[in-house]
Amino acid sequence: MSDGHTDILAIETSCDETAAAVVRDGREVLSSIIYTQIAMHTVYGGVVPELASRAHIEKIDAVVLAALEEAGKTISDVDAVAVTYGPGLVGALLVGVAEAKALAWAAKKPLIGVNHIEGHISANYIEHPDLAPPYLGLVVSGGHTHLIIVRDYAEFEIIGRTVDDAAGEAFDKVARAIGLGYPGGPKIDAAAKEGDPFAISFPKAKVHHSEYDFSFSGLKSAVLNYLNHAEMTGEEVRACDVAASFQRSVVEVLKEHTVRAAKEFGMRKVALAGGVSANSALREGMRKAVLDAGCELFVPSPVLCTDNAAMIGAAAFHEYVRGVRSGLDLNAVPGLRIGER
Amino acid sequence: MKLIALDSSGLVASVAILEDDVLRAEYTVNYRKTHSQTLLPMLDEIADMTGLDLKTVDAVAVSSGPGSFTGLRIGSATAKGLCLALQIPVVEVPTLAALAYNLYGADGWICPMMDARRQQVYNGIYHFENGEMLTDVSERPVGVAELAAELNERKPSRVIFLGDGVPVYRDMLTELLDQGIPRLFAPPSCSHQRAASVAALGKLYYERGLMIKGSEHAPVYLRKSQAEREREAKKAMET
Repeated sequence: MSDGHTDILAIETSCDETAAAVVRDGREVLSSIIYTQIAMHTVYGGVVPELASRAHIEKIDAVVLAALEEAGKTISDVDAVAVTYGPGLVGALLVGVAEAKALAWAAKKPLIGVNHIEGHISANYIEHPDLAPPYLGLVVSGGHTHLIIVRDYAEFEIIGRTVDDAAGEAFDKVARAIGLGYPGGPKIDAAAKEGDPFAISFPKAKVHHSEYDFSFSGLKSAVLNYLNHAEMTGEEVRACDVAASFQRSVVEVLKEHTVRAAKEFGMRKVALAGGVSANSALREGMRKAVLDAGCELFVPSPVLCTDNAAMIGAAAFHEYVRGVRSGLDLNAVPGLRIGER
Repeated sequence: MKLIALDSSGLVASVAILEDDVLRAEYTVNYRKTHSQTLLPMLDEIADMTGLDLKTVDAVAVSSGPGSFTGLRIGSATAKGLCLALQIPVVEVPTLAALAYNLYGADGWICPMMDARRQQVYNGIYHFENGEMLTDVSERPVGVAELAAELNERKPSRVIFLGDGVPVYRDMLTELLDQGIPRLFAPPSCSHQRAASVAALGKLYYERGLMIKGSEHAPVYLRKSQAEREREAKKAMET
């Protein structure tokens, strides 16, 4: 402890970002370093797990050292070492897990394994000192789409999830189909600003008989069918209209489910999280919908929406104060579920 | 001088502590659990058992490849984390050289082979001269048939095979090798990766000044990822 504060060194390597951060008391970011591999994966049209793992092992030390230096700390100054141990790509996760365990062991610091999704939700605590559970959380990213009741800092109840593709996956696939390339999220966001969201009527990503679940593969197929049909009939396709109409369809269903759940479960606060919550249409649309429902919306800055280690440090703090510690046999758990310990 | 040595390049997880010329401890396990779950608890146990003061450790020697991509990275990330926290250097020890060192002083050619799948092995060829290990063929991935043909052509006085490729390709080698080449297959006591050998070679390298910063260390895979190979093949087809 330095001056009664708890400083946690956090490491995140679950996908294609090598990241480390030092976070104070779960709220204040003393440093946050992110090395992104996006350029390397772009030529393959998506993340190549083996290449991601290779890049992580090459960069991890530099990223950790930079995070410590920027925070003005050494490893002996921090109170604990936290690391994402799932969900994610197993080979990628293992790099961070092995590094964090060795660091914690050699420096004689407590080790805290953190769930990546719980990390995303906790990103909200960093910029919103007033946010405290209970609240409704919507996590939307390249690998995950979850509607969650956050009952307490480390108590989660999933009420809805995608039954097929994650929302971010649909963005990537549609972006590829209309020639925008990878990563799909920011590309569609930009293209949609030039397009007409009402140009094409795509179905909403709903699941019948399941109030809060999502399905994005039907929507993705509808976009592909539209493109095929246009090609066969020689109809001109405006990529920006497709992007805007697809995006509207995704945003609509996310808004509807979230607002309905907030009312049903009596939640006054709603927090967005995950890479897709950097999408400008979702941020604007959700803000209005949530305000109209008489609730308050919390959204992290875009840099805290995409993968980073500050959010892992924020989540780890609450585990730390509850006395949660991981053993030296901590393993990567690629399919780790929210709330699983 | 004190060294911690790690090897998680193949089926076994192995850790050792070397102090000057004394091997304080070695712990090797060949079991189903992943190296991620075993390697550090094993190191913790031998450090505890030998009362190792981490502040007195001079370097971490790590088996640097080739081997299982994931296994190598678990060893590398562990070495890097230790070195970062303790502010000490890494000594990279090629996996095959460390394997060959298991047979220190043996006569003839030492031929370690690790299963690299698709009828290939990771292999190098070594021999001992006046107590020093010399490299005849540097580490590479090679087809088992190709390796046998090479040996048939060069007619060593004797060849000793070891490594996890042996049980997989022993029959094939026996069939392909000329009858006239005397061959031995190492017993289980020295046929697999041992952190003690990584430590012994690591100490030699350290004394020659062959250590690097942990941040500069990464495994030597000897093979590109499948995605890269496929992409290059596709490009070659197009041109």
